[in-house]
Amino acid sequence: MSIATFASRLYLAAVFFFVFLPIGASVVFSFNSDRFPTLPLASFTFEWYAKAFSDDKIWDAFRNSVAVSLTAAAMSTFIGFSTAYTDFRYGFRFKAAYLALALLPPTIPLVIMGLAMLAWLSQIGLSGTLFGIIAAHTVLGSPFAMAVCRLRLHQMDPSLEAAAWNLGASEWATMRHVVLPFSAPALISAFCLTAAVSFDEFAVAWFVSGLNRTVPVAILEILQGNVDPQINAIGTVVFITSMTLVVIAQTIFMRRNRNG
Amino acid sequence: MATSSRYAFTWRLPMLIWQAAFFVVPLVFMAAISFWLVKNYRMEPDFILKNWSKMLGRGFFWDAYWITLWRASLAALVISLIAFPASYSLAYKVSESVRRWAVFFLIVPFFTSYLVRAYAWQVILAENGVVNAVLGQVGLGPFTMLNTGFGAMIGYLTLTLPLVIVLQTFSLSGVDRNQIEAAWNLGCSPLRTIVQVIVPSARVGLIIGAVFCFILTFGDFVSPFYLGGSKPPTLSILIIDTTKSGQQWPRAAVVALIMIATLFCTAFAAVSAAYRKRTR
Repeated sequence: MSIATFASRLYLAAVFFFVFLPIGASVVFSFNSDRFPTLPLASFTFEWYAKAFSDDKIWDAFRNSVAVSLTAAAMSTFIGFSTAYTDFRYGFRFKAAYLALALLPPTIPLVIMGLAMLAWLSQIGLSGTLFGIIAAHTVLGSPFAMAVCRLRLHQMDPSLEAAAWNLGASEWATMRHVVLPFSAPALISAFCLTAAVSFDEFAVAWFVSGLNRTVPVAILEILQGNVDPQINAIGTVVFITSMTLVVIAQTIFMRRNRNG
Repeated sequence: MATSSRYAFTWRLPMLIWQAAFFVVPLVFMAAISFWLVKNYRMEPDFILKNWSKMLGRGFFWDAYWITLWRASLAALVISLIAFPASYSLAYKVSESVRRWAVFFLIVPFFTSYLVRAYAWQVILAENGVVNAVLGQVGLGPFTMLNTGFGAMIGYLTLTLPLVIVLQTFSLSGVDRNQIEAAWNLGCSPLRTIVQVIVPSARVGLIIGAVFCFILTFGDFVSPFYLGGSKPPTLSILIIDTTKSGQQWPRAAVVALIMIATLFCTAFAAVSAAYRKRTR
């Protein structure tokens, strides 16, 4: 191995070390008895997990998070799929503006989305409700769902639909028996990804949640108090939840794409 | 088969309706309340310029504006430079399957809680934290890293580095290999090949990576607050303080609108620079 290759491998390793250091550290600290962890590590403990799991507020937040992320994911996936299908199937005037509107939300800082949603939801009497968080997370998730669905539809032969119509199927029947089955892996992936996005989102949720905290909002509120290692315990559980969703999304999308 | 319009609109409308109700209208409404009056902690529809003059006439607003702009610009530049060697290795020096796995692992952090990662850095960088413990072994430190610009930059790196590397890797992979090999065959040194062949060809992707880095760091409040010490506050911290403690939503809306205007101008300038014809 030449020096240049070695140096570039070392650099890559350093970058990945930096990226995964906080994630790994938080998992390690979650089992470490020190309140202010340092090296060498103190003894092994489940104390922080016990503390987090015996906290009713955390359980309430967890139930809210699950309800919000499943609903927001279902709605994001539906909106994302219908937008992707429109883009795939139709050309029309102002289509560029239509797509720009669909893809714009990630460019607006979350704090600003939070403020705008808070002001608007208070105006229409929905602030502090779970629906408010769901509405905002659907906006944030649908561009990702659209991207995933669009990638899949891109692999579908457009004449497949035409063939079904020629054989006498209506557009609705074609959607049900041809397009949807073909898109199924993308729909599942999009659902998992947007659920993960919603499950981790804290800025907008913090502005609009009121008393209905989600897990990241609960973490944010603990963070504002003192140093508290139960954040690491909660973070590790959240990490495992999100990762499970992402890995499911990835394997389903990759496997079906290879076969299909 | 003639397209039925009912079918077409079934797929076209959901996004329009939802984005209108919960994206466009909230932002427009926010712009409107920036002209409203706050009286006894309640907002009343009005058309006054007081919120704008109160914010824009204050020194602390402009301090926050410049520190936010400076930090986001610095982050876009520094993080692009840190990402480049890694993206270069991923695009040219590793096999296809290694590249795919590397991109997958760079997307993973995006789905982990940024708050928890920032908290982990708080512990790692603390005065008697992990980094200072390691440095202490070789007789260095302790260094103060929390509540400084350095701490905020570590947070920005955590937030954006993986994304910037992914975007750069995609754009570098798209450069025509023949061009690179031609440059080498003609005796061009590796460094000169990068500067004169690779960077110009991959320019659009590199600039888009930097723009995303700028957008994310410009709007982030976690790193400047929990790692940067929030003195001086950035614009996003100013929005939170103004909204949460003072109930002064109209003034927070002014800050938000100025942020959106700055972001759009920056993104527009950068993207038009990216797509400008090379003059040579």
